[in-house]
Amino acid sequence: MNDLVSQLGLAQPQVSKHLRVLREVGAVVVREDGRRRLYRLNGPALKPIHDWVKNYEQLWSERFDELDVVLEGLKQKEQGDGSSDE
Amino acid sequence: MEAVTSSQTATVTLPTDEQILITREFAAPKHLVYRAFTEPDLVRQWWTAKRGEMKTCEIDLRVGGKWRYVMETPDGMEVGFHGEYREIEPNERIVSTEIFEGMPEGVAEEASVNTATFTEEDGRTTLEILVQHSNKQFRDMHVESGMEDGLQDALDLLEEVAVSLG
Repeated sequence: MNDLVSQLGLAQPQVSKHLRVLREVGAVVVREDGRRRLYRLNGPALKPIHDWVKNYEQLWSERFDELDVVLEGLKQKEQGDGSSDE
Repeated sequence: MEAVTSSQTATVTLPTDEQILITREFAAPKHLVYRAFTEPDLVRQWWTAKRGEMKTCEIDLRVGGKWRYVMETPDGMEVGFHGEYREIEPNERIVSTEIFEGMPEGVAEEASVNTATFTEEDGRTTLEILVQHSNKQFRDMHVESGMEDGLQDALDLLEEVAVSLG
């Protein structure tokens, strides 16, 4: 909880509220450890969301793979220009 | 939570109900990523992701200037997008609108506002594209447009939206 408060830059009550909602829908699972409460993500509950976004993500992944090739060409050209007789 | 970056996969997240955030790191300085993103001859080489032929790639890169991309799929369907540049900070940031041209008749076209940000660190560039829609239905349709059979789903969904607006 303290980790989340510092990472998110939100006040503790806000973080508690978000975590409660996430717990209620089963997106996170909580475990008591002494005075601390440890939260972990519940993967299977998040899978439908992941699946929904996956195809769109795939399109951009494929685009960016092609973009990598373009960039490699530009880098080589630029290096070539650096040693040319401009 | 430890952030894991992969150079192979684009990361898509949904920060709010109206947004899509696409992130990817490239092994190149930002001025080159910016060029590949804004020069038609270069955009043609990656934007279709080998899913079709780029029929039109027009970029008038100035504030108020228009852009238009049209791809023809192998089965002859044309998929077009266009918009207008709103803010241009060379090598740093581009804000533009985007309109999908395939809306069925009777449904108002909706423009998303897309912000592309180029951040360089140690010669590598992180590209972030934040897509801001005006409501959740259009955002959801946009996400589903990436599916192979997504167009029909999108049109079905659109019909629902149209009905709910009526």
